[in-house]
Amino acid sequence: MSATVVDDLPDTRPSVWQAVWKFCRRQPLGTFGLVLVIIIAIAGATAELIAPYNPTANDFAAMTEAPSWEHWLGTDQFGRDMLSRIVFGARTALIVGLTSAAVGGFAGLVVGVSSAYFGGMIDLIIQRLSDIVMAFPLIIMALAVVSIFGPGVHNVIIAITIPLIPRCSRVVRASALTVRSMPYIDAARACGFGATRIILRHMAPNVVAPFLIMVTSFVGQAILAEASLSYLGLGVQEPVPAWGLMLQGGAEEYASTAPWIAIFPGLAIMLAVLGINLFGDALRDALDPKLRER
Amino acid sequence: MRHFLVALLLAFAVPAVAAEAPKRGGILTYMIPADAPPSFDGHREVTFATVHSVAPFYSVLIRINPENPASTDDFVCDLCTEMPKAADNGLTYTFKIRTGVKWHDGTTLTAADVAASWNSIVFPAAGVLSARASIYTMVDSITAPDASTVVFKLKFPTGAFLPALADPYAFIYKADILAKDPHWYEKNIMGSGPFKFKAFELGQSISGDRNPDYYMPGLPYLDGFVGIYAPKESTRIDAIRADRAAIEFRGVPPSALTQLQQSLGDKIEVQTSDWNCGDNITINHSKKPFDDVRVRRALALAIDQWHGAPGLAKVATLRTVGGIVFPGSPLAATRAELEKIPGFWPDIEKSRAEAKRLLKEAGAENLSFELLSRNVDQPYKYIGAWAIDEWTKIGLHVTQKVVPTGPWFEAMRSGNFEVVSESACQSVVNPILDVQKFLPSDVSPQNYNQYHDQTQVDLYNKMLHEPDPLKQRAEMRDFETYTLDTQAHTLMILWWYRIVPYRSYVKGWKISPSHFINQDLATVWLDR
Repeated sequence: MSATVVDDLPDTRPSVWQAVWKFCRRQPLGTFGLVLVIIIAIAGATAELIAPYNPTANDFAAMTEAPSWEHWLGTDQFGRDMLSRIVFGARTALIVGLTSAAVGGFAGLVVGVSSAYFGGMIDLIIQRLSDIVMAFPLIIMALAVVSIFGPGVHNVIIAITIPLIPRCSRVVRASALTVRSMPYIDAARACGFGATRIILRHMAPNVVAPFLIMVTSFVGQAILAEASLSYLGLGVQEPVPAWGLMLQGGAEEYASTAPWIAIFPGLAIMLAVLGINLFGDALRDALDPKLRER
Repeated sequence: MRHFLVALLLAFAVPAVAAEAPKRGGILTYMIPADAPPSFDGHREVTFATVHSVAPFYSVLIRINPENPASTDDFVCDLCTEMPKAADNGLTYTFKIRTGVKWHDGTTLTAADVAASWNSIVFPAAGVLSARASIYTMVDSITAPDASTVVFKLKFPTGAFLPALADPYAFIYKADILAKDPHWYEKNIMGSGPFKFKAFELGQSISGDRNPDYYMPGLPYLDGFVGIYAPKESTRIDAIRADRAAIEFRGVPPSALTQLQQSLGDKIEVQTSDWNCGDNITINHSKKPFDDVRVRRALALAIDQWHGAPGLAKVATLRTVGGIVFPGSPLAATRAELEKIPGFWPDIEKSRAEAKRLLKEAGAENLSFELLSRNVDQPYKYIGAWAIDEWTKIGLHVTQKVVPTGPWFEAMRSGNFEVVSESACQSVVNPILDVQKFLPSDVSPQNYNQYHDQTQVDLYNKMLHEPDPLKQRAEMRDFETYTLDTQAHTLMILWWYRIVPYRSYVKGWKISPSHFINQDLATVWLDR
């Protein structure tokens, strides 16, 4: 009977589409960022379908050709189509960006919440270890990791993920410390729930807002870090299409004679990071109760 | 009378134009396109990164004439006093050594030092790597009967001996130091050359000061030099453009030359030469499935050299399709001869169809492997991207691993690779000895293929001992066909073309077909 009463109550929560529409109305810049991110994501996911040429195929008859109807963004010094390489480069950027952000963010979430939950010596050790890792700028730490593991997509992901973990855990821990003192956590403990269950089912969901904001910003940071590593010759290796590598391959050598080789990958990196950052800022505003109703 | 006056004027004018008077002083700054030399030991190393770093500190016994470095037979003395005539039916060469030559530590260099250095090169002690030991198989003994005489005794007479002796890596080291620690020169520098070691900063620079006690009268002209390490081509070109450096001795691609000429006009001069450097793809026979000749041959058959060469020549230091012998040499294969060898077939579609058939037969249709390469732009970056694309066309999945020079050599020497992009770069054009690079790994330390093949060694020895040039050429073809086709031990890609632009105030340096030759900087001077 009581179930019937509950079912009869009107559902005041907005639907997903309503929430999206509300977000779009209130956060036009964030919406613009989201659109950029969606375009890049679609380009990366459907690269085989939309890229006009094979991104690694050399064409010595079309070396360093300026943008034209045949090659909208021109060709590089190997005669490879720049548009195709940028489209496939979106995939590399997103694979590295999303994987690093997701793995680094999730690991940071677990470490941060655990650190807050256990407290004491465990918290102290985790925080001091975090201090050590965070003492190095992201790119320096990533360089160190790549120099140990070597270059390549997988190693770049590892190199970027490791320094992201303490950055996420530090923010998540701060929120989790507040959650830890909530009565429902005491209740869960009193019910005899294990630490894993409390951390994953009761604490982690309640720090998801700062976590999401961190993860969003991590995607942009990871894309930039990947581009930087590839530019330095320590990230993705030829002939894999990657934006940073495209800059390394032609930006300086052909800056004066074929500037499109540098301009378009640079634009791609800028737009991707701009889009992710705008979306991340808007997401933060949307999830922050203090800013939500302004 | 008028004719007499004109003749008189010409007599005075021509030498003034032909030979400018060198000026003393100044510091030459040049770019070294590497991160660092793997070691300072010339006997051990095979890279310009070592020669361009340390050659100015050392003397050699003989060398190609620095005034005529493009020659293949104009040898002159450095530490000796006179080029010797072969005695004892071509089996004995006796060198008289200069007296009064000082080491940079002030002690006197003697014939014992020369003999010890050459013994270290030709007969290295256990645990000591001598990269070119195999080219001295004709040498029986090296002795110093007195303080100013060194005698080389040969096992058999050969015209390949003197060119081999002019090896620019054959630095003369101090006998006492070698006796105490044969590895000392890997990490330290102490020679008798035109410049004294000043400083080395890892990954940054190496510098030297003029040696006032140098034995060549009036030389060197420079007060000193600074070599700056910069693996990125754009950095080096920018340095020359901004006059932070005057020259890069190795060579640049045509695009870089165009940039410099456009921005600097007549402040830039250029010297060009065919280059005694051929790119080769080395396959590790100890890794499966590369122990199968069908797989190795398929790798060669996939690459369209005839169409690749003109395109790559526009952007890279690559130019000429060739076999294992320096193109242009009388011993080199003609185009018709090359076209019979896998990897050089004129019909690329037929070639790739055969490659696919061989891979299928060998059960390696979807083969994936890693190409190891070096983080030196020219031409490794271009060879890597091109070769991988060519291999993709026969269904192979190839990734590339690019590493700095030191780890690249380390991986090759230890056999820790599957396939590597490297180069067969030699100094004096001397094809009979140059092709020793392709002898089995246990015979030639420069071969990283990790195999032994006695048939190949026998073919080589037959050619080495052949006195008739025509027969020797035919035997070179047999050796080449066996190496590139029958066993497909290695893949020859393209031969390089050397373009050296430099600030027009740099004088006294002449290009040669090798970037190893003529690097002691003794004759270089600055016109400013």
